[in-house]
Amino acid sequence: MSIFIDTETKLVVQGITGRDGSFHTRQMMSYGTTVVAGVTPGKGGQRFEDAVPVFDTMVDAVTATGANASVVYVPSRFAADAIFEAADAGVSLIVCITEGVPVLEMTRVLPYLRECGVRLIGPNCPGVISPGKSKVGIIPGQICREGEIGVVSRSGTLTYEIIHQLSQHGYGQSTCVGIGGDPLIGTNFIDCLEAFEADPQTKGIVIIGEIGGTDEQQAAEFVAAHVSKPVVGFIAGQTAPPGRRMGHAGAIISGSAGTAAEKMAAFEQAGIAVMKRPAEGVDLLEERL
Amino acid sequence: MNLHEYQARALLKAAGIPVPEGDVATTADEAKAIAGRLGQAVVVKAQVHTGGRGKAGGVKLAKDPVEARKCAKAILGMQIKGLTVEKVLVVPATDIASESYVGVIVDRASQRPVMMVSPAGGVDIEEVAAKTPEKIFKLPVDPRFGLLPHQAMWLAFRLYDDLSQVRKAAVIMRQLYVAFLQAGASLAEINPLVTTPDGDVIALDAKLVVDDNELDRRPNIAQLRDTASEEPAEVEAREAGLSYIKLDGQVGCCVNGAGLAMATMDLVKFYGGEPANFLDIGGSSSPEKVVTALSIISRDPSVKSILFNIFGGITRCDDVANGIVTAAKQIAIACPVVIRLTGTNEDLAVEILKDAGFEALTDMDEAVQEAVKLAREAA
Repeated sequence: MSIFIDTETKLVVQGITGRDGSFHTRQMMSYGTTVVAGVTPGKGGQRFEDAVPVFDTMVDAVTATGANASVVYVPSRFAADAIFEAADAGVSLIVCITEGVPVLEMTRVLPYLRECGVRLIGPNCPGVISPGKSKVGIIPGQICREGEIGVVSRSGTLTYEIIHQLSQHGYGQSTCVGIGGDPLIGTNFIDCLEAFEADPQTKGIVIIGEIGGTDEQQAAEFVAAHVSKPVVGFIAGQTAPPGRRMGHAGAIISGSAGTAAEKMAAFEQAGIAVMKRPAEGVDLLEERL
Repeated sequence: MNLHEYQARALLKAAGIPVPEGDVATTADEAKAIAGRLGQAVVVKAQVHTGGRGKAGGVKLAKDPVEARKCAKAILGMQIKGLTVEKVLVVPATDIASESYVGVIVDRASQRPVMMVSPAGGVDIEEVAAKTPEKIFKLPVDPRFGLLPHQAMWLAFRLYDDLSQVRKAAVIMRQLYVAFLQAGASLAEINPLVTTPDGDVIALDAKLVVDDNELDRRPNIAQLRDTASEEPAEVEAREAGLSYIKLDGQVGCCVNGAGLAMATMDLVKFYGGEPANFLDIGGSSSPEKVVTALSIISRDPSVKSILFNIFGGITRCDDVANGIVTAAKQIAIACPVVIRLTGTNEDLAVEILKDAGFEALTDMDEAVQEAVKLAREAA
């Protein structure tokens, strides 16, 4: 098992003919993801790489192929509409890689998806990979190994760093989820923790947080109350100055709310083993598995 | 992006919210002329992107134009929390009967815009929230319907007893919500919203923070950016598509991805060094971006060593390597450079660097320790 995506995932790529979309579609296909369709308005009827049919709209793509998931690579000004379109077309999972989606648009997108019962991962995220089964997004497949550790993170390359260290030391992953660095996202830490707790393949969990907001504190409370599997955590931004935006829209700390120290303390209180540096993750897992 | 008070109040005024007359001045003489036009006692207010202007002496009352000139002269050029005051707003002094707070903010928890009001206005709202949370009233707004009239009335009744003032405040709240949406803001605040002895309800101050992601579709808002009030290197970085924040340490950091950049800074500190900056070169980095990044970092006189930490995903290690080699030819880099690369096209990158006389490491901890050591030796 794995969470969110597996060998049954039939994917549509929204923005398949764009620069990022085409590059990462090739990567996903070579990893073994079942890419059944692509969508680019005006390019319906074409074939991507002589293999994947391209449609003008999501409804056409889903109707023709029975796709159950979509990944969004369209530019930020079209991204919110692309998410609505995917939900209306009836897929059950949408992964939005695009960064720069306005927060106010997300305030309209998120309640609609809840009503439709559709899961969104992102926006501004690296996506999901269930090693050996399927990859949706941009996480480099070659650093992952199939295994028993669930990884959930708000960051991109920092996640790769930690996955890389896990794989190098023989800790493969059940699923790695990059939930995205924006203030408003579709799937949060708790959704992932709940899914990892229920997933029989997952034996241990690594959670990677950042300064800003209180999602990590809520995740810690959830772990204390509902997670029986060992959890190891990391918080980036211990040296970040207050009140400054550090790249991710979410990584901003104002006053005392959302500092790294606060989050690390919340983790420790919940029984999550806290890494002081990314390289400690392997040792901490080893002690607990 | 933060707007200045004079910019924010212009947007509120355009949305129909009553704000006092007045204008912005960049010289003391202009301030005097504005006070003359207003023909009454005025308040001269520093326009800087920080709170606590009053406490810092950046807000002064002047009874006539001559005094307004004197006040403006004192405030213009003054430093408030490290920011130089370049402009002052001159507005008529208003008689105040009561001060309230009205704001709208995007709330992460409810994932909606939340209207927030408090009868305890005129002071820092975070302080009110900490000391007397019962004086703050919040209402999540369904973005599909906007702030409904009855919701605005409910909020306004938390502020006033007088029905005519309640109605006026409710209208202002709905106008504020519209201004918030139109500006693409993540925060819009009136603090204080005052009542006058005549029973009028007026916005005496205005604050708008715009979501940077809204700027490319809102040129009218984007052109309000005051680059003079920002760190020049940060402006240069933003224009090159980099995200850079200057700090006080000695180890210059150049990293792809915000999370990894923060983790790298943390690791520098862990090994006894201090990061000189936060710098995220972003995904799909071109060699040009790396050149700009390196030139910004190497211009910082406190930098004693430069650390590259690149985990190739979308970012290709060979692009970064080419950027480093090009930059080394174009600019004089006075301090040692430590390069850690791993991931996409790593082998190619190592070749490129080797040919140009650079060494590349693959382990993050090792690279950080090396950079910290070199910075210490150079200091």
